[in-house]
Parts: sequence; C-alpha cells; structure tokens
Amino acid sequence: MSGRLSLHVPEPSVRPGGRPDFSHVSVPEAGEVPRPPIDVNPSEIRDFAYSMIRVLDDRGEAVGDWAGPLSAEELRKGLRDMMLTRAFDARMLLSQRQGKTSFYITSLGEEAIACAHRKALEPGDMCFPTYRQQGLLIAAGWPLVDMMCEIFSNEKDRLRGRQLPGLYSSKEAGFFTVSGNLGTQYPQAVGWAMASAIMGDTRIASGWIGDGATAETDFHSALVFASVYRPPVILNIVNNQWAISSYQGIAGGEAAKFAARAHGYGIPSLRVDGNDYLAVYAGSLWAVERARANLGPTLIEWVTYRAGAHSTSDDPSKYRPKDEGAAWPLGDPVERLKTHLILHGHWSEERQKQMRAEVDAEVLEAAKEAESHGTLHDGPKPSPATMFEDVYKEMPRHLREQRQQLGV
Amino acid sequence: MPRLSMVEAIRDAMDCKMAEDESIVVFGEDVGYFGGVFRCTEGLQRKYGKSRCFDAPINESGIVGVAIGMGAYGLRPVAEIQFADYVYPGYDQIVSEAARLRYRSGGEFFAPIVIRMPCGGGIYGGQTHSQSPEALFTHVCGLKTVIPSNPYDAKGLLIASIEDDDPVIFLEPKRLYNGPFFGHPDEPITPWAKHPLSEVPAGRYVVPLGKAALRREGKAVTVVSYGTMAHVAEAAAEETGVDAEIIDLRSLIPLDIDAIVGSVEKTGRCVIVHEATLTSGFGAELAAQVMERCFYSLEAPIQRVAGWDTPYPHAEEWDYFPGPARVGRALLKAMEA
Repeated sequence: MSGRLSLHVPEPSVRPGGRPDFSHVSVPEAGEVPRPPIDVNPSEIRDFAYSMIRVLDDRGEAVGDWAGPLSAEELRKGLRDMMLTRAFDARMLLSQRQGKTSFYITSLGEEAIACAHRKALEPGDMCFPTYRQQGLLIAAGWPLVDMMCEIFSNEKDRLRGRQLPGLYSSKEAGFFTVSGNLGTQYPQAVGWAMASAIMGDTRIASGWIGDGATAETDFHSALVFASVYRPPVILNIVNNQWAISSYQGIAGGEAAKFAARAHGYGIPSLRVDGNDYLAVYAGSLWAVERARANLGPTLIEWVTYRAGAHSTSDDPSKYRPKDEGAAWPLGDPVERLKTHLILHGHWSEERQKQMRAEVDAEVLEAAKEAESHGTLHDGPKPSPATMFEDVYKEMPRHLREQRQQLGV
Repeated sequence: MPRLSMVEAIRDAMDCKMAEDESIVVFGEDVGYFGGVFRCTEGLQRKYGKSRCFDAPINESGIVGVAIGMGAYGLRPVAEIQFADYVYPGYDQIVSEAARLRYRSGGEFFAPIVIRMPCGGGIYGGQTHSQSPEALFTHVCGLKTVIPSNPYDAKGLLIASIEDDDPVIFLEPKRLYNGPFFGHPDEPITPWAKHPLSEVPAGRYVVPLGKAALRREGKAVTVVSYGTMAHVAEAAAEETGVDAEIIDLRSLIPLDIDAIVGSVEKTGRCVIVHEATLTSGFGAELAAQVMERCFYSLEAPIQRVAGWDTPYPHAEEWDYFPGPARVGRALLKAMEA
C-alpha cells in the first residue's frame, strides 16, 4: 500500500477548554523500583527509564528501598526550603507586576527538585543550572537579599545590572552563572567534571536542562563527552511537561522517555518523581555517590509539572487548560512532604501555618532591604561606566574610548 | 638558536607551558595518540599523559563547551578545532558563553581558554578546509583573535594566549605550517629553516597580544596585513618595486591601531590585504578606522585586497587566492592618485 505521505506533528492530548488529561503519565506505586548498588551495570537498570522512583505513597508514608535516612529535622528543613522558595517566587512575581523588575520566572510546583538535590551535594560541588533552579541557592542558605538585588538590578547587584532577573551567579554557593541561552551549560558541566577528574579532585558537577532543551545539540554533546570520559557529573533533566507553549512531545517526549536517551550512550539513568522530596534526595544521593566514587555520570529525569507560567511574559491559559495543574497526578511537593511529616507526628497544620507566616515575613523583610538599594526604574542603580568593565580582564583601548564617548 | 617550522614552534609553545603548569590540558580531534592531523601536538600525550593530552569526539560544540567548563574550574585548556571551517557547531559556545562568562557573572567566572584552528587556503582544501573566519570572531566582544605569520611569533603569541585570562581564538594559517609562502604556488616550497623568523628561542617567551610587527619599512604606501598575506604583500612589494611599508598585525583584537596610524600618517596611502572574503571582512573595520583617524593624511583611496565573495573553490584555488599579482595591482593603484 502506498499513498500520499503526511507529517506527524505531535499535539498534547488537551488544549484550553478541554478536560485535563494525564492518562499518558503512568504513575507506578511508591517503593516499586529497587535501589541498585551504585556500581550497577547500566544495562541492568534500563527499565528504570520507563518506570518512576517514588518514595512517598498516597498516604504520605515513605516506602521501599529508596526511602532514605533523613531525620525529621532534616525533613522539616527541606519543607522550609521549599516553602521559602515558593514565598520568594510569589514575592518576586508581585514585584514584577509592580514594575520593580522587568521579568521573572517562578519554580512553582518544582521546588522539591532543586531543594532536595542541593541537600545531596557537598560544598565545593558545582551546579550548572537553568533559570528555574533558584531552589539550589535558597536551600544552600544563600542570602535572599543578594538574589533580589540581582532581580532588581540595583546598586548592590553583584552582576551590575547586566543579567536578566533570576540569572544568578554565585561561585561561593556552587552556582554557575546562568546563561539564558538554553542547553549551553550542559557540556560545560561535563567539562568542569572532567577538570575535577584530571586534577584528581573530589568535587563533582551537576548539570541542569529542561525537557524542551534536551532537543538542543548541546544536550547530545554533553552526553557523548560524559559517555566517553566518564567524568563525575550528574545530568539532570527537569521534565516539567511544558517549554513555554510547546508540550514535551515537541522535544520528542512521546517517542521515548527523556531518561531513555542515556541508554544510547551507556550512561545509567533514573526516572524519578520530582514532586517527592524524599525520592529526589535519594535519587540525587545515588548519583552523587556514583560520581564521587569515580563511577562516572548519571542522567536523571525528574518528572514534574510547571504549575505556573513559563515566565511573566506568557499566559498559560492560552495553550493549556487552566485547571491542568490541579489534575497533575504527582501532586504538590510541599503538600506531600507536609503530609508525610504530619503522619509521623513530626509536624502539624498549625506549625505549617506558622512556618508559612515565618517564610513570608523573611521574604518581605529581605525585599524591603533589597528595595532600599533600588529597583529597576527607581533608586540607586549600577553606574553606566561599569557597562564597559569585565568584557575583558583589562579594559582595552577601544572600550576606554567608547566609555569616554558615552561621557561616563 | 634552534630553527623550527611553524608546526614545531606551536608544539614547542604547548610543550613549554605544559611542562611548567599542570593546569594546561590539550585536546581535540586526533590530537592525542596521533598528534593532530597537522602534527602540532605530536608527542605531547606521550610526555604528559592521556589525561592532559587526549582525543576528543567529533563534536565542536562539545569541544568548546567542555573547554569552557574546564576553564571555569581553573584549568587552562588549549582546544584544537581540526580546521577553522569546522568551528561553526562550536560558535554558540564561543559567542554566547566563552566570550561572556566574565561579563555576565560580574567577573566571578571566566574562560581562560585558547581555541586553536588552522585557517586559510593554499592546500587544495576546497570550501570546507580553506576558510578564514577571523571576522566572525573579531565582531564578538569578549574574544581576542590572534593570527601569527611565522614560527617565532607563533610560539610567543601562543604562550601569551595560553597565559591570557580571556578566551583567545588562535588562527594558524595552514599554508605557513611548513614554510613561508609568497603566493607563488608553482615555486618549490622553501622550508622555514631558511627564514630568519624560524629562529625560535628555547623555553618561555612572549609576543604580547596587541603589538603589530613591521615586516618591511617603506615610504610610499602602508600595507596592513596578517597571516599568510603578510608574506604575499612582501612579495608584491618586491615584484612591483613599490616602496611599501608592511605591517603584520599578529593580533586583530586587541588591535595595534597606533602602528597603523603612525605608518599611514607617514606614507599617506593604505592598502589592506587579507585572504578572507571581502564584504564585512576585518579589512572593512581597518578601513573605517584608518578613515576615522587618518583622513587628512590620505592622498589616495584606501585599497582592499581580499578573497572574492564566493566559497573557496577547489580547482580554481589560485584564481581565488589574493596572490602577489592582485596585491601588486592594488599597490600601483594606491600610488596613482
């Protein structure tokens, strides 16, 4: 049989006006996936890419091999990190609406991934994040005021107003300067890890990418170098289902799981419930231990849902049902960890309420301080003379001349 | 003093720096065991081990990307792109990343990397092994772009580039690797050993970036050139008898504008010569700067001699190449007014 050819253009199962449908997301029982030894042969865990590591079950109980050793206090700290990140995002979103900055990107619904992953890393390790991993900094205890000064591009912005809001840089916190171009940081993470191995160091790198940007050449470049040299790197894919208005099918997510892309490179990969703080910590720790033991790279697909807009510049109700987030089968990371803690008597709704008020107050206080140093259109800002600095280590003559032309 | 070819001088620069600084690593396609398709890294893997000199997958965005990561870690990687014509998959990493890390991180992160690549024609390389893409890099703020024309400069400039804390694009005119070339493909190749600039001191020395060299003193016209064309310009001056002053820029960014201005103010005439295509080539920048700074000294229009605005053809290589005849005609034309 032959006929006229036709092109397959993937389309999400539902668009605005339709009933949310996640029937294509199969959710295995918590505890179903075993925890292999860190030196497992990648070929023995190929099925992991098609399943999902989950620790917290529907009741909030931690079950299975991946249920980790975190104490109640550590879990409360994890809950607080996520809530602080959420409160920070909410405040900065408001600040953008108030015109105090030009743009903002929240991590609503994805807080567990960055917060729990950070907990599995050691000081000195280096993350190569995207613009949605602010939780890495917040969970590391990095000052909120410093982050806000970057967002407001004010006189205390260490990046001197050069970067878009949220594209932080902190060498001290192990947070590599965020590019804003997609995917470029992935081979850089591999290169950083190669350098650590070349120097006989003990530090590891953690690279970050979204489901959409796995389509970039750099994703594959990173995997081939990671496959060849086996450096101590964790290759994180945050699959939050949406790349602005393009669902994950446009990045190839219907044809195969993102985690399965590691198979062609012989890199072991995990697929993990990204809304489960305990699973994220356990999966991260497994990859960290592998990297630290010189066993090489691990790829992890974190399955989650972008509960907010891509950024302040898009309206998700134009491309997906408004109530889709509520139908997301993996729930909300804050609620799930809270339920777990309450189940074990380590927490209560009252304490949750108190903590909510506490993180809101902390964020508000930080915002007041940051705003006292200026916001995008108001108050003190970096001198335009600094615009010509840091292009090169030493300012070359032609830039000195251009600075003079600007008259600063 | 030892006499080295350009290949040997480039290798010597890396050898010399690798011996004194363990943060220097060298990698690229066929660079490790085999020593590179042009032999520039021959012996380095044997001497310094596989973790400091190694083969890379055929993936230029990866080569540049991992070099940036290594540089951010604190190493000083020297990455080889096998031919400049192959650099384009790595261009995004060079332009969006290497060139901007320092700026966008407020000086916290930077990429002290050197990206070496053979450029230029003259070896029947066709359109994928002959290009001179320097203007694609000089247009990018945050990069330095260097192009030596002889063994002495190649070693000193490469050492300076490796020691530099900014990313450096190091273009190596491949037609000069094993001998100077004056633009006469029918003449037998003369080895570097007969050329005074093949005397290369042992050990570390630096040719600073941003300092041009005067290749020939003259009073009649200034020729601004670099790479292979510095030699071709010398041949053209000899063959036409025009008393040309020839400046070899050696590095394009930073640019030694003082050397150009000083000479043009003296001669009142200027011919710009490069092998890369004409339109929007680096010669356009040079011509603009000469106009801005030397207009009242000029007695004739600035002449540009460059590759034609076509892909580099295979069989028609010598019709494409801006040889001494074309440069000579430009010299004579500059002298007419």
